[in-house]
Amino acid sequence: MEEDLLAWLLVNYKLAQHRVQLEALKEGCFKDPAVTEATKEALEKIFAELFKEAETMFQPNVKSRSDFFRDIASSGFMTSAEKLAKNDSVLFDRLISIFDRTILRVESKSYATMFETYMTFACEQTVKHPAFSAFGDRIRKAIAYAVSVEFQPINTIGTGYGRARLPFPKNQIRSEILCHGLGAHYMFPGTRTVLDIGGQDTKAIQIDENGIVTNFQMNDRCAAGCGRYLGYIADEMNMGVHELGPIAMKSRKQVRINSTCTVFAGAELRERLSLGEKREDILAGLHRAMILRAMSLLARSGGIDDEFTFTGGVAKNGAATGALRTLVEENYGKKTINISADSIYTGALGAALFAKRDQLGETVNVDLKKLKKQKAAIAA
Amino acid sequence: MKKITPAPVAQKDIEKEESMILQKKMIGDHFKRLCTAKEAGKKVVYTFVPGNINELIWALDMLPVHPEINALQSAMRKKSGDYVMEAEKHGHSEDVCTYVKCDIGMLKKGNIGPTGEKLPEPDLLLLSYTGCFTFMKWFELLKQEYKCPVVMLQVPYQANGKIEPKMTDYVVRQLKEKVIPALEQVAGKKLDMNRLSALLESSARAEEDLVAVWDSAKNRPSPIDAYFGGVYYVGPIFSAFRGLPECEEYYKLLRAEVEYRVRHKLGPVTPEGVMKEEKYRIVVEGPPNWTSFREFWKMFYDEGAVVVGASYTKVGGYYDRGFRHDPEKPLESLANYCLGCYTNHNLSSRIDILEKHIKDYDADGFVINSIKSCNSFSAGQLMMMRELEERTGKPGGFIESDLVDPRYFSAANIKNRLESYFQMIEAKRQAAA
Repeated sequence: MEEDLLAWLLVNYKLAQHRVQLEALKEGCFKDPAVTEATKEALEKIFAELFKEAETMFQPNVKSRSDFFRDIASSGFMTSAEKLAKNDSVLFDRLISIFDRTILRVESKSYATMFETYMTFACEQTVKHPAFSAFGDRIRKAIAYAVSVEFQPINTIGTGYGRARLPFPKNQIRSEILCHGLGAHYMFPGTRTVLDIGGQDTKAIQIDENGIVTNFQMNDRCAAGCGRYLGYIADEMNMGVHELGPIAMKSRKQVRINSTCTVFAGAELRERLSLGEKREDILAGLHRAMILRAMSLLARSGGIDDEFTFTGGVAKNGAATGALRTLVEENYGKKTINISADSIYTGALGAALFAKRDQLGETVNVDLKKLKKQKAAIAA
Repeated sequence: MKKITPAPVAQKDIEKEESMILQKKMIGDHFKRLCTAKEAGKKVVYTFVPGNINELIWALDMLPVHPEINALQSAMRKKSGDYVMEAEKHGHSEDVCTYVKCDIGMLKKGNIGPTGEKLPEPDLLLLSYTGCFTFMKWFELLKQEYKCPVVMLQVPYQANGKIEPKMTDYVVRQLKEKVIPALEQVAGKKLDMNRLSALLESSARAEEDLVAVWDSAKNRPSPIDAYFGGVYYVGPIFSAFRGLPECEEYYKLLRAEVEYRVRHKLGPVTPEGVMKEEKYRIVVEGPPNWTSFREFWKMFYDEGAVVVGASYTKVGGYYDRGFRHDPEKPLESLANYCLGCYTNHNLSSRIDILEKHIKDYDADGFVINSIKSCNSFSAGQLMMMRELEERTGKPGGFIESDLVDPRYFSAANIKNRLESYFQMIEAKRQAAA
């Protein structure tokens, strides 16, 4: 029962987050200067659809389509807009441009202080469920207590490309390369090689038994084959980036795509489509091309050592991980390949571990042992 | 209580040592000399930095021009981007060495040198070939442009990692039979061997002082930055001045300044001020980026990283292992000088040199700046990195940029890599402690 309750709380928490952003998106879209009577009517219908869809989207044991609001919202919006403006391309274009403008503002808004609101919503939703309604008050009390517990940060570490803008002293900054290394080590202590495909760069990282980076390679000034590549392809195909993987996985035929240059790949994609190749086969080729580029960086950093951990957002894409598994085996033989369901948090986890270590002077390894002991004690 | 307001502190200019001021004057004077060469009836010889045999040119009263120096000077003065694009307009592809394109572009735009004065056309192209294939193509292009003679000195590659007597003999024979006659013909006079020996004697004294400057980096803190500062230190000896009294004077002055810094335990002078804390001691392989030179240096400065040894400052002469120009054996020593330039070393010798640097200067690691448009430098650098890591146990960092094409310097990317690299050294230190 305990497990179920937590699972329901989690999905309802996600629903709360989703709804708040959807509200913000709706409000923003209606305020857009390009809104006309016709678009207003269409937007009403689209958002009614999106809210309805959201009610059933978050269920325990159902794999989330994407971790990012933008992906889910854009594909839903696009599908509804396409349906509504079937014979009216002007309306369709206008709707899409309204969406594009608004989503940027919604994404860059901070929702960091919303924990209590989300939690309260999640709690109320959950206690409506027949399995929990009898314990409503107890659940409410426990949640109220959890919400009231104040976080006391003992240290802060900033990472990522935006780190230069953080008002932190230099010793509270770590590059994402080090953070991914340490995060991957924490998730999978046997890790020796890490691949992180991010939005604008791909990093091949070698780490030692303590999770400390010993060597790394990353793409230079050209971002070919990085995460943004998939984003661009998704835009070209009018779909959400999270939809690419599942479609590519349906492929039964290898279509060779030569270019990892984002712009050229778009051209190659259109050319292949015009030659009658299937969408899924082309997409599978694009994923392979992307991973081939990562393989080159991995080779430059010193190859792949057992165990190998794939981190970052692209690790959630089944077609990319499939291509990676194949190419790793072809080039390096059988290796343990770790992919966590929480791969997108690896860098943040690493940063948090650095923050903790800097403050408490503990290495991650010591921590792990302690953790095991604690777990054993609980089990006993 | 009366509030005391501190007196305003005057904004300090970039700290410049006397040797820097002297060098600037020397360069300025030389470009002036070049600008008026034709009126003064002086003949002009273009030649490259690696394997430059300046003393021969000076001994015959001619003036040397080094195209790479013009290119890098143009880059530091933010002029190279236009020149590179100009050369591309004339059909030179994106992959061609950007030193070449900068030089060709400068020529096409009127041959105005980095100081704003017009450069004289060459009377002779002296192609001293020391391992860089591009040099041949470069002078082939200049030959077409200037319609002037080329004389080639073919320096055998140190394929086995050492200079064999037959290699020296081969170069000496070419000097005697081809190069000197060609130079004499253009100069219109015979070579005076006594004059040549006197120039070489002066070269050797300057070389002695330069080596003392490199050696000073063994101190903690190092009083010099052997890469970013080092490219200034090699300025006179790698370009037009080796063999001249002002060159000797420069190195005497530089050495005295460095020795002062050692005595007072001062770190290197940088454009951002004196380096306060020496957090990392680094060896660097590869040329620097010239278009964003100061920004590039600052990335090291901000991290407290001092370069204690560099291979690039050996391209125009490698004196660390004891080679000096020898007035007693003028032609043999010119030959051995050419044979010993860093560009003429094979990969395993380059690894040996870097390994020795890492050990001698007690470095924390090494960084390779891989140059996009320079295959002769960049080929094999990843292999070198791996081998060096294995031999020394020190971590290697790898960054990519270009010589003088501003489009090839991605500051955010390089900064990210360097920061990650230095943090990696720090994390390793902490783990070891």
